[in-house]
Amino acid sequence: MIKKEVEIKNRTGLHTRPAAMLVKLASKFKSDFFIEKNGMEINGKSIIGVMSLAAEQGSKLILKFDGEDEEEAAEAIVKLFESGFGELEELKEENKDGRSSKDN
Amino acid sequence: MDGHQKIIEGIPASPGIAIGTALKYEKLKPKITKKEIKEEEVEVEIERFLRAIEKSKSELSKILKLAIERIGSEGAQIFEAQLLMLDDKTMIDKIIERIKTEKFNAESIVNDEVEKYVKFMQSSGDEYLKERANDLEDLKNRVIRNIQQEKWLSRFDTSRIVVAENLTPADTILFSRNQVLGYITDLGGYTSHTAILARALKIPAVVGLKEATKFIKTGDTVILDGYKGIVIVNPDQSLIEQYQEKMKRIAELERKLEQLKQLPAETMDGKKFTLLANIEFPDEVDEAIENGAEGIGLFRTEYIINNSIIPDEDEQFEEYLRVAEKIYPGKVVIRTFDIGGDKIFKDYHKEDNPFLGWRGIRIGLDRPDILLTQLRAILRASIKGNVMIMFPMVTTIDEVREIKKYVEIAKSQLREKNVKFDENIKIGVMIEVPSSALMAKEMAREVDFFSIGTNDLIQYTLAVDRGNETVAKIFQEFHPAVLRLIQFVIESAHRSKIPVSMCGEMAGDPLATILLVGLGLDEFSTVPKSIPKIKQIIRSIKFKDAKRISKRALIFKTQSEVIDYLRKELKDLISEFEI
Repeated sequence: MIKKEVEIKNRTGLHTRPAAMLVKLASKFKSDFFIEKNGMEINGKSIIGVMSLAAEQGSKLILKFDGEDEEEAAEAIVKLFESGFGELEELKEENKDGRSSKDN
Repeated sequence: MDGHQKIIEGIPASPGIAIGTALKYEKLKPKITKKEIKEEEVEVEIERFLRAIEKSKSELSKILKLAIERIGSEGAQIFEAQLLMLDDKTMIDKIIERIKTEKFNAESIVNDEVEKYVKFMQSSGDEYLKERANDLEDLKNRVIRNIQQEKWLSRFDTSRIVVAENLTPADTILFSRNQVLGYITDLGGYTSHTAILARALKIPAVVGLKEATKFIKTGDTVILDGYKGIVIVNPDQSLIEQYQEKMKRIAELERKLEQLKQLPAETMDGKKFTLLANIEFPDEVDEAIENGAEGIGLFRTEYIINNSIIPDEDEQFEEYLRVAEKIYPGKVVIRTFDIGGDKIFKDYHKEDNPFLGWRGIRIGLDRPDILLTQLRAILRASIKGNVMIMFPMVTTIDEVREIKKYVEIAKSQLREKNVKFDENIKIGVMIEVPSSALMAKEMAREVDFFSIGTNDLIQYTLAVDRGNETVAKIFQEFHPAVLRLIQFVIESAHRSKIPVSMCGEMAGDPLATILLVGLGLDEFSTVPKSIPKIKQIIRSIKFKDAKRISKRALIFKTQSEVIDYLRKELKDLISEFEI
């Protein structure tokens, strides 16, 4: 089993569209895929489950992959999180690195 | 009809008036009885479940198509989300598994399994997810109904006002295929799905009536007033006639508005003016556009501050960007927080005289952290070049110079992070304090535009708190002192070749229009619904007459003389126009 920790980067969090993208990608792999957030664990191949995590921007998730293609699954899914589900790209085009620090 | 007129008050959710016969829509929640099944029934039960999923998918696809046709794909997203949820293979497999092992009927398992997630979502603090919880619950009921092979009524033949405890988004869309005159519901608020969809469909609606279903029976005559948010059950004949008259007037007005919307705010002798809207919330942009606003002349940002909490830069940026994108290519003038210190820092900041105290830009300059955060958010929203920044409560030239320094700091902070914004963003000040008005000549050399805030300018010039009833009659919009200040501000701006806007209530007062046109005010920024009126007046006068009238109006010594004179001139010029 592989465990990975990721942070949600995209603005809208795991709402409908990103949740659908995640589930679609996860379903391509044979491995089981679970997501844990604050002690709650859901099946990462279920859109209803993923949405009910209420994972917003900045939340940290633990991804668990278990099965014959777990390495490929982990690589692809972590990449999707890192890309901000494509939302970051859209944002950059309009407003280069539109998000900035929240510190001041 | 038992002849007893009854008025019920609710929340105005979608504007318009409807008079008609009520149709009470009672959607029974599916009855779910938990029933044990035998081993040989398991396959049948799974089959029932899968067929219900397919049926629900085909229903929702139809609703989605209809919704896209009627209100566009953005509004139809709710149904897309529901369709995606129906495709949740994990959930489906789990339910099948449970039917096999637990051996209970399909509907009880569906109910039990889905309800867990509904509860999760409901308990989250996230508003979006709470809405999604309703969608999921609604979806669950749809699947269960299809398992039980029940039908929901969604068609009726004649025109009706639908009365229900609550309506799902699907109901709201489906009923619109019929001649639905309006929606009346016990539950819901201005931002609930029914309300949003009703507005998108342009169907009048009053929601949150609490007990409408108790007082209204199918067949009752009902008046629905979506402007006031009231419903009248079994109205008297005279009231029906009044409302019919009102509907006629509204239809006539709408026709005129539609015509006016396409036309420029131009005097008969060809002088053009710009009409803009004042808004308080991003959603009001639609209303502004509908009324023919060319842009937003005042976007108040105070609504963002909630319970003394000022949102961070990203959150502010999103709000400002929403307005900038919606109104594009029109412009939006974003005003920095114009709020008293006693309102932002409720818990520890008290003042005896807040209107002469720590408010507007005075707070911004004392709290650069707040000011810079807001400036960066506004700058980031300016990428398309249609955003301007405006500062409230400016009293001295020193303040203007300090403000400009902060704008430069905010810009360099963004540049450091490689964030794009409009380098040439225009900076303006509100002229609402007499000292600024009197220093307008000098002030005009420091900024890109002025906006006259008449409400405060009058209050500070005449030393009268208009919220104070005892002295309210001294609050005189047409006091010669006020008019002379306005004249001086406009002249001073034009001498420095910068435009002047007015965003106080005077800009939307038909009686003031000729005067302001004559003084050469460049832009009028008013509440959206005043725009057509002002446009109509501008289109019915000649600039050269307006100049003559304004000159004369400025000679008078008292407000009543000014008003009498303007009334007379307005009547002469536009006889068909009623004030």
